[in-house]
Amino acid sequence: MALMRITSPHAHGPMSTARVMQNVLLATVPGVIVLTHFFGFGTLVNIIWASILALAFEALALRLRKRPLGFYLGDYSALVTAVLLGIALPPYSPWWLIAVGIASSILLAKHLYGGLGYNPFNPAMVGYVVLLISFPVQMSSWAAPRGVGELPGLLDALQACFTPGNFDAVTMATPLDLLKQNNSLLMDDLWQQNAQFGRWAGIGWEWASLAFLAGGLWLLYQRVFTWHAPVAMLVALALTAALFYDGGSSASGGSPLFHLLSGATMFGAFFIITDPVSSAVSTRGRLVFGALIGLLVYLIRVYGNYPDAVAFAVLIMNFAAPFIDQYTQPRSYGHAARREDNE
Amino acid sequence: MRQVYDFHGGIHPPENKHQSIAAPIADAGIPEELVLPLAQHIGAPAIPVVEIGQKVLKGQLIAEPAGFVSVPLHAPTSGTVSAIEDRQIAHPSGHSARCVVIATDGKDEWIDHSGLADYKSVDRSELLTIIRNAGIAGMGGAGFPTAVKLSVKAEVGIETLILNGTECEPYITADDILMRERAEQIIEGAQIIAHLVQPDEILIGVEDNKPEGIAALQTAAEGTGVEIVVFPTKYPSGGEKQLIEILTGKQVPSGGLPSAVGVVCQNIGSAVAVRDAVIDGRPLISRITTVTGEGVNDPRNYEVLLGSSLAYLLEQADYQTNKNKRLIMGGPMMGFTVPDAHVPIVKTTNCVLAPAETELPAPPPAQACIRCGMCAEACPASLLPQQLFWFSQGKEFEKAEQHNLFDCIECGACSFVCPSNIPLVQYYRAAKAEVVQLRKDAEKSEHSRIRFEARQTRLEREDAEKEAKRAARKKAAEEKARLAAEQGSTEEDPIQAAIERAKAKKAAQAEGSNSAESAGEKLEKAVVTTRKRLDTATAKLTAAKEDGSDLVDALQTGVDKTRAKLEAAEKALREHQQAAITKEQPTEEAKPIDAAQVAIKKAMAARVADADKSPEEKAREALQKLEARLQKSEARLAQGKAAGEEEKIITALESTVERLREKVAQAQSQANETEVS
Repeated sequence: MALMRITSPHAHGPMSTARVMQNVLLATVPGVIVLTHFFGFGTLVNIIWASILALAFEALALRLRKRPLGFYLGDYSALVTAVLLGIALPPYSPWWLIAVGIASSILLAKHLYGGLGYNPFNPAMVGYVVLLISFPVQMSSWAAPRGVGELPGLLDALQACFTPGNFDAVTMATPLDLLKQNNSLLMDDLWQQNAQFGRWAGIGWEWASLAFLAGGLWLLYQRVFTWHAPVAMLVALALTAALFYDGGSSASGGSPLFHLLSGATMFGAFFIITDPVSSAVSTRGRLVFGALIGLLVYLIRVYGNYPDAVAFAVLIMNFAAPFIDQYTQPRSYGHAARREDNE
Repeated sequence: MRQVYDFHGGIHPPENKHQSIAAPIADAGIPEELVLPLAQHIGAPAIPVVEIGQKVLKGQLIAEPAGFVSVPLHAPTSGTVSAIEDRQIAHPSGHSARCVVIATDGKDEWIDHSGLADYKSVDRSELLTIIRNAGIAGMGGAGFPTAVKLSVKAEVGIETLILNGTECEPYITADDILMRERAEQIIEGAQIIAHLVQPDEILIGVEDNKPEGIAALQTAAEGTGVEIVVFPTKYPSGGEKQLIEILTGKQVPSGGLPSAVGVVCQNIGSAVAVRDAVIDGRPLISRITTVTGEGVNDPRNYEVLLGSSLAYLLEQADYQTNKNKRLIMGGPMMGFTVPDAHVPIVKTTNCVLAPAETELPAPPPAQACIRCGMCAEACPASLLPQQLFWFSQGKEFEKAEQHNLFDCIECGACSFVCPSNIPLVQYYRAAKAEVVQLRKDAEKSEHSRIRFEARQTRLEREDAEKEAKRAARKKAAEEKARLAAEQGSTEEDPIQAAIERAKAKKAAQAEGSNSAESAGEKLEKAVVTTRKRLDTATAKLTAAKEDGSDLVDALQTGVDKTRAKLEAAEKALREHQQAAITKEQPTEEAKPIDAAQVAIKKAMAARVADADKSPEEKAREALQKLEARLQKSEARLAQGKAAGEEEKIITALESTVERLREKVAQAQSQANETEVS
């Protein structure tokens, strides 16, 4: 009997790429539940339709690239992209919007670059930004939250997606929109005049953010990623917001708490910037990467043209990731602290 | 309690040590054949000192070291050397290597040996020689010659002697059982080594998953000053560099030796071997090896003779062939698969692992690297394995080296945690090998370049030297000539002298020939030669005329001159002959000469007349002559016919007439042509 020849190590840990992706999917559940509670079934329909499309596009791309379907579909990476994009898109988005977004994510951002592991940009964010630039009207209409507007049912949600012409959405400006457009009201007045602000950062938003935070903490516990990038981003964002917060004048950029809990901050910190493929590699690099995203999020939100900024900030920093890697190589065992000292 | 430090990264693979630690050490016995590779250590292979057919005793030297970084080899039991040949050995590449094969006789008869009663009384170098002669090489796995490692220069100053009892690899319990059963010998070995390197402190590092071994060591170490340091279990804390960091908080500089931070590190198995060599005079001929995995029914530790085959050892442990598909020498993290169960146990074999397929499943196909960074978190050398993988795969070796590829200790932690099942370590091994090869190639080409340039320089130098010599000679000659001229030419100029010598020679020759030949003969010769030349010249002239060549005039002049010479020569000859005739008695022979001369003269006259004629005249003459001959022949034919001569003769005459007619026609056309031209 011929003996098997394999190189060491012969033992292997329990972790697999599929399990990493499954954990990420699982961690989004609380956030999705909260979003559904406050904004109705729109997000859920987004996610399901996006998932179907993502698997179809992934299969198509794999077929065209002559790769084994089962092996690559089994890594769940397309599903993760779909769920993340589905969450990021406004609830009750029409089917074609989602299709364009998913096609951009899977075909353009992922497979044109060589598939999983080779994409320099976060696929979900590429899809999101393509849509945001191409269809600003559809992308900036967010549903009114529970208690402020009337929530559509599941059937309405399906109708909104697949026969968008027959659906009349109840949409409303998000707190970030209102803050951006505000130029005369004090923060306290702004909060009082607009029901959607809720307690800290907007009805629905604050709870969804906390739910994503919980999911993210669970992923940290599961060691799917390290704390460096998310913490750096949140700290940088909070610090910048605190630095520019003047106590609530009409020119105020919003409190640190508002920035942490509104929009896509928490979702971005734990589900978007933690995408390892397109981020910096070393722990130090991820600190820099996260912190700069936090800074950019604030700058774009307050001084830029768009109310939210996570997608842009992430894509800009994706560009910078290799550069960051260049300067954040960790000190290896037996090497002096600084590179010059090694020579 | 001593402070212990943590090192970066590390993993916690399932330990699987309980299976083999339950039973005490068993003696594996004497197999029928022992195969002893000459290279069981790092360094030059040993050189055999026995012959085929030679009887050897247990402990007898069978191969001697081939240099400083090398160790000798001893017969593990008594028997006969049956072969010295290439056999398959336990090596990751599965290659063969030279081995001494011993057919054992089962008597296990020792050679005379004795130890030192008091090792402290002998010289340090003598102790080192004993260790070296005992053939001890690091028994933790690498197999570096122990005596070399212990030859630390006194001025280095060793602060800490560390004995490595960590045994962090899963499954292996060889060190654990050694601690449990031979703790005193470990301590004794530690003291001998300490006597050699004179450290400030002696530490034995053990992971906290070996409480019984720790307890045994602590008992044995009481009052000896040897400290047992226990630290949390984490793979690969048994790596030399990692252990040094755990116990001292210091890092060995990249590419440096532990002595750079004042540390000497030895495996506890090596310590026992040192003790056996020094105290008992027993060379390294056996070792403790763990046999484990679900492929054996009786996993445990064996005291096994070096050179026993894996198959023999597995048989002792009740090996189940059907359960096992791969045999690993070493542990599951850093061990390597062997090609064949018949490879021998060597000095570094701490474990033979025969796992069931479910126990250590074959790796699934690798997926894409998602740069999750789990490998970087696990890396004990603080490298970025994902980047190294990227560079190795893309053959960007410069970048890989920049990312400290060569600080990778190949512990396998990165591969263990990789969710995409990428065989990372294999990529690094390949990259390292390629870099080493590239360096060698670069070195070689550099060497060739230097040689080539040296040769060029040498050739140029030789040329310059030759040139210088030539110049010196020339100068010397000129100097000589100048001096000669100044001294009134007592010596002639060499060239002038040579010319004069040549002239003198020529003159002598001319004189010699004159005296040898008579004047008459010479004249005759001249006539003949000149005539020949005239003939040639005339023929050339005729040809030139026929061709209508431009050279006709020149040739004509040449012919005239030659003829004049010939006439002169003939005249001279005649005068000479007449003078000779008048001088001597007229002889009979003189007449033919005259007749010949007359004939020659006639022919010459005819030729002269002929040569003077123009081509037209010549052609016409030739035509007339031919016509005359034709008439004659026709007349002869008519005469013959009339006379009724034989038909044969008539036919011959007819053909003659015919030929002549053709010639006439030819000559006529030639004559016409010349007239036209």
